[in-house]
Amino acid sequence: MSITLTEQQIEDIGRELDELRQRVVADLGSDDRDYIYKIVKVQRALEVTGRGSLFLGFLPPFWLAGTAALSLSKILDNMEIGHNVMHGQYDWMRDPALNSKMFEWDTACPADQWRHSHNYMHHTYTNIVDKDRDIGYGVLRMDPAQKWNPYYLGNPLWAFLLMTFFQYGVALHDLEVENVLAGKRSMAENKKLWRGIWRKTGKQTLKDYVLFPVLTGPLFASTITANATANLVRNLWAYSIIFCGHFPSGVATFTEQECEDESRGHWYVRQMLGSANITGSKLFHILSGNLSHQIEHHLFPDIPARRYPQIADEVKAICEKYGLPYNTGPLRKQWGTVQRTIVRLAFPGGGPRRKPGPYVMPPEEKAAKERARERVPAFP
Amino acid sequence: MAVLQLLEALATPHGVDRYLELVNPMLTVRELRAELTDVRRPTADSVTLTLRPTRQWRGFQAGQFVQITVDIDGVRRTRCYSPACSQYRADGKIELTVRAHHGGLVSRYLYANARPGMVVGLAQADGTFVLPEQRPDRILLISGGSGITPVMSMLRTLREENYAGELAFLHYCDSTADLPYLDELAGLDGIVLATTRTSDGQLTGRFGQEHLDAVAPWFADAQTYLCGPPSLMSAVREHYSNLGVADRLHTEDFQPAPIASTGEATGTVTFERSGAAAANSGDTLLVQAEAAGLNPEYGCRMGICFSCTQVKTSGCTRNVRTGELNSDPDVEVQLCINAPVGDVALDI
Repeated sequence: MSITLTEQQIEDIGRELDELRQRVVADLGSDDRDYIYKIVKVQRALEVTGRGSLFLGFLPPFWLAGTAALSLSKILDNMEIGHNVMHGQYDWMRDPALNSKMFEWDTACPADQWRHSHNYMHHTYTNIVDKDRDIGYGVLRMDPAQKWNPYYLGNPLWAFLLMTFFQYGVALHDLEVENVLAGKRSMAENKKLWRGIWRKTGKQTLKDYVLFPVLTGPLFASTITANATANLVRNLWAYSIIFCGHFPSGVATFTEQECEDESRGHWYVRQMLGSANITGSKLFHILSGNLSHQIEHHLFPDIPARRYPQIADEVKAICEKYGLPYNTGPLRKQWGTVQRTIVRLAFPGGGPRRKPGPYVMPPEEKAAKERARERVPAFP
Repeated sequence: MAVLQLLEALATPHGVDRYLELVNPMLTVRELRAELTDVRRPTADSVTLTLRPTRQWRGFQAGQFVQITVDIDGVRRTRCYSPACSQYRADGKIELTVRAHHGGLVSRYLYANARPGMVVGLAQADGTFVLPEQRPDRILLISGGSGITPVMSMLRTLREENYAGELAFLHYCDSTADLPYLDELAGLDGIVLATTRTSDGQLTGRFGQEHLDAVAPWFADAQTYLCGPPSLMSAVREHYSNLGVADRLHTEDFQPAPIASTGEATGTVTFERSGAAAANSGDTLLVQAEAAGLNPEYGCRMGICFSCTQVKTSGCTRNVRTGELNSDPDVEVQLCINAPVGDVALDI
């Protein structure tokens, strides 16, 4: 089923979403500040507890608890805090500690390079083949429109390696290595980027793989293993959430021609068609940095992520009204279709992506929404 | 210092203070903050705060100002206030008197919410409105309304130095009930209160030669330090320059809030770091910066990615997507979706 919208409808969608955004922005205040500081506090507490427990890492329960706490700390730091802060979601607070330009996160990728590759390249050119370098990260074939060559036979292996070493994959992302190999980008352009990556990765390595292990003395090996495990857990988690945001089946990709001279309404529609949500518990949403609400995030990348679940029903209602899809499903389903794509596209061909059908709100959800409305007359 | 370096390396990328503040906000390695140790409300619309700064505080000279930062409804707000205490205060604390003026977001907040134990952000003292190292033989202090604070600091500092020269202090207020330091000033020589609305001061009415004659007939040989509302400032300035003694007048201006309008494009856009300036064309700041030959970083050009965010040091901007006006100094603005309203200065 394909989607046909009139120019007027696209304009209306743009206006309705702009209005929704305005309403949220006008409502931002101390609740949002308190929320993010609560998350920061939990993250720092987990980190201190985790690193502290590893000083007793010779006792297996402490090693396990320490590693788990540190893994969670890195996940919170990267997802609900880092990713979202660097989007400028909290810039309105004018707090240098949580400002998009000043924040650094606990991962190998320097914040400034991430802001370029992610905030600008990915969020502006979302799912436009040959423009959005998040389609396959320059190493995978994730869309049939990417021309096949024998290198892609390794698609599942490359995906596994990318997942395992995700923080370094992200760190190298802005270098556009595939464009350098293709002769479209010079090595010289990367000189400054390399320096930044070297500096940031150096500090991260020193902390996780030298200083903390050395401080634990005889437990050096135990601590280094714990820190590596925490980094790995974070890698697996971040990769999974991010890949489930744009590559489950039913997500649309676009050509450059389709997106020429796009209006704001067009841009909104592309974001909705090009993203997919993941259903789950409140804790799951927090640990995913609310990127489980990828659709809402792509519509409004700069509003605090805790607002995404609050506005999801309104976004769904807009999808339903205009016959647009609202791609959502549990992690196992979204993850499964991503894996299928990775394997299928290792081989030549692969039909164009199935265009998704329009969203219809399930009756029970509709009833629940009505009830919720009656209970809370104010903004969701 | 080696220990500090090690701690910073362990705390990377967030810095040690980001951890310490969660335990105790006054425990800082780098950041300067202050805790309110005493809060009094001496008049119906003012609050006197005593602050204990963290160990990074380097002190101040009488007449200088500090910046106080508080979070109001989730947003960090910074305002300048001049300490009113002597620069020699023995316990190292600073005293600020804040007048809650109509429409003053921070002053009203402090008046309503300040309580002992509250921690606020603090910046090192700054400003050139100070007495010369070699104190002049004759000093006239003039202030009006809440402009009393830097001048009060000068008065207290001079008294503590046992200043032997001739000293007079002329203060303007609506009525003496408005004066936070009434009790202290009442007992001192050389202090003259002029009231503009009531007649309970030694003098009444607005500034003029007759007030100078009454308070400090020797003012033309003295150095005068003046701080007050714009009307008082301009009256004194005009009078001094008419008498040819403008070089003996030293002033601390209140920053008047820029006037926001949405009419035709007016004013000048100044790019401070690059030294360029151009007449406001009404376009977004990004377009105007580029037209002026600058090459600021940008990304989406539609307000999404925050690549182009830069610091606006002064002036009023309008968000072209929302129409929202922003006239706060020293805030970050997205160049691609903000247009200047009148004069704007950017730190690029």
